[in-house]
Amino acid sequence: MATALPPYVGPLGKAWHYGFRFICALIFLFLILPILVIIPLSFNAEPYFTFSEGMLAFEPEAYSTRWYKDIIDNEQWLFSIKNSFIVAFFATFLATGLGTLAALGLSRSHLPGRSAIMGILISPMIVPLIISAAGMYFFYSGVCIPPEWSFGMLEEKACLTQSFPGVILAHAALGTPFVVITVTATLVGFDHSLTRASASLGATPTTTFFKIIVPLILPGVISGGLFAFITSFDEVVVVLFISGFEQRTVPRQMWAGIREQISPTILAVATMLILFSVALMTVLELLRRRNDRLRGVQET
Amino acid sequence: MAQVEASGPMLDAAGVPLKASLARAERRNRLKALGLVFPLLAFILITFVYPIALMVFRGVDNPTVSTILPKTAEILRAWDGNGLPGDEAFVSLAGEFAFASKERTLGKVATRLNYELAGSRSLVTKSGRKLKKLEAPTKEDLVEIDKRWSQPETWSVLKRLAEPYTFAYYLAAIDKTYDVDGTVVDQPESRQIYVALFMRTLWVSLLITGLCVLLAYPIAYLMAILPTKTSNLLMIMVLLPFWTSLLVRTSSWIVLLQTEGVLNDILVWTGIIGEDGRIQMIYNMTGTVVAMVHILLPFMVLPLFSVMKTISPTYMRAAKSLGATPARAFWTVYFPQTVPGIGAGSILVFILAIGYYITPALVGGRTGQLISNFIAYHMQQSLNWGLAAALGGILLAGVLALYWIYNRLVGIDNMKLG
Repeated sequence: MATALPPYVGPLGKAWHYGFRFICALIFLFLILPILVIIPLSFNAEPYFTFSEGMLAFEPEAYSTRWYKDIIDNEQWLFSIKNSFIVAFFATFLATGLGTLAALGLSRSHLPGRSAIMGILISPMIVPLIISAAGMYFFYSGVCIPPEWSFGMLEEKACLTQSFPGVILAHAALGTPFVVITVTATLVGFDHSLTRASASLGATPTTTFFKIIVPLILPGVISGGLFAFITSFDEVVVVLFISGFEQRTVPRQMWAGIREQISPTILAVATMLILFSVALMTVLELLRRRNDRLRGVQET
Repeated sequence: MAQVEASGPMLDAAGVPLKASLARAERRNRLKALGLVFPLLAFILITFVYPIALMVFRGVDNPTVSTILPKTAEILRAWDGNGLPGDEAFVSLAGEFAFASKERTLGKVATRLNYELAGSRSLVTKSGRKLKKLEAPTKEDLVEIDKRWSQPETWSVLKRLAEPYTFAYYLAAIDKTYDVDGTVVDQPESRQIYVALFMRTLWVSLLITGLCVLLAYPIAYLMAILPTKTSNLLMIMVLLPFWTSLLVRTSSWIVLLQTEGVLNDILVWTGIIGEDGRIQMIYNMTGTVVAMVHILLPFMVLPLFSVMKTISPTYMRAAKSLGATPARAFWTVYFPQTVPGIGAGSILVFILAIGYYITPALVGGRTGQLISNFIAYHMQQSLNWGLAAALGGILLAGVLALYWIYNRLVGIDNMKLG
């Protein structure tokens, strides 16, 4: 923020200059402080949600990692972490595959009814989650396999609600808009003469796809996939409605923790999630730079 | 040089008219594009659009009486609705009540009737229990069990329930109901909650959108005028909350704002408030608004920033060199150019705010609940799924209308993520 003021600026201008920066600093503080405050509190030795006097005096015994140990000792947390990764992995895989194909189709100028199709494909992002969750609950609880169709694998009928496939399908649907948007955005700058050049040099469409198109759109696909991943990883409303105990995910477990028995373990989990999102952000930023470099965009 | 006959059409290498061959190539391209889009389109239609359509339909679906009491329903549909129906309706109802009571399906009828006519749950269950013991019950038996069976009101409500479709849930969602004659009237005042709730949701969403504009505008402007290196650093402070789990952000607000929390501790420690003067800042509307502004702020900053980034600083310099004061230059030259960004961000934030569920549920307490929370309540606790579907249907219609406007103004293609 250290841009030098030109010498002709008067006292009023100076006051405005620093006053404005001060207000902005406060707003940035509002954005970032609630996230940062959690991190030291998760090392609180006491089971409270506020800084003890010992913590403020930086006494080592006021800090402890007991809440982190709590996560590792608690089977429910470990179980829900595992579930979250399973669901997010498969949902991301589905969403990225389908979304990328659709984005390739959408970027062709020949598609009839493009804006209507785009409207439908983006709708999972716009429709309030509570409505999506309610609708999916009604529908998925009616999609069942009776035991006689399951080749002896099931003893009772199994429905999409309270099952992993149900949660994965739902999360994949919620994640696809992000993939479609990011990949379409990457394709806007795509030079179609490259594919023609490849074809004229004798490449089959498949070779062209894997050797020319995929490397160029890969940054967009990966960042779309990351969006889909975080959407699933962070989603709780649909999980609340359609999953059973066996499919408990981390957000579901946190939800229960916040509502029922709030303990600083939640802050420890939260800190780990913050670190996780920092990692994701870093990956995204690196991808963006790579994408810019490939397209020859100059940093200004 | 190719010889082109003046009279005939242009031909391609294979001797096919060029126009036809072009049309064929275009058709092939169209099919290819459709083929690529089709898997996702089918997936979204089946796993997302169809379930939601089904839910909205549930708001008018009225199957209980016509499936559990099929014969009575048929008789009542044929009845003109004046006074009391004929004896055959009584006999058929008594018979089907006894049967349904044995089959344990009568409870559904009791619940359904109770939505329309307060206190009628006991009427149905009691009648069923007693009719079960009677051999061939008659009209007189029914009236003897409960006098309400001789009141036209009971029967006219039943007639309405016998229809396979009903607007009753949607009417209930806007605090209206049918009276005895089937005309639409206001609910009794003690039961009017939903219109006020919709208004509150709208008002809170507007407030949140307004606060987001106020907070996002200065920082987006600052980032737009600073050199890229500095503004990228500041952007991290916007993107980190954007990428952080929603539940993490909500729980951090609980930690900050609760009465034994960080903010109250600081206020007590600095002596601004006394130990017993701790302020209730969460589990009420304040908590909902603060946490939601924090969560939705990045959605406002990002579109604003991308619009401001494209505004050349020379405009402002030109205005100032022509004698405008900085304030005037900002207001007449800079601000109008940022209006598209404000519009895009506002609609996005408003759409997200109006359907928010998690944050109000966790930090809203009793007074900070919004329409979504009531939908969840009727889905999970009261099990009045018809009403939940109707409330959801109205909310969905509002959101889709806004989405349509957003699409017209901004275009979904221009939506920026991160």
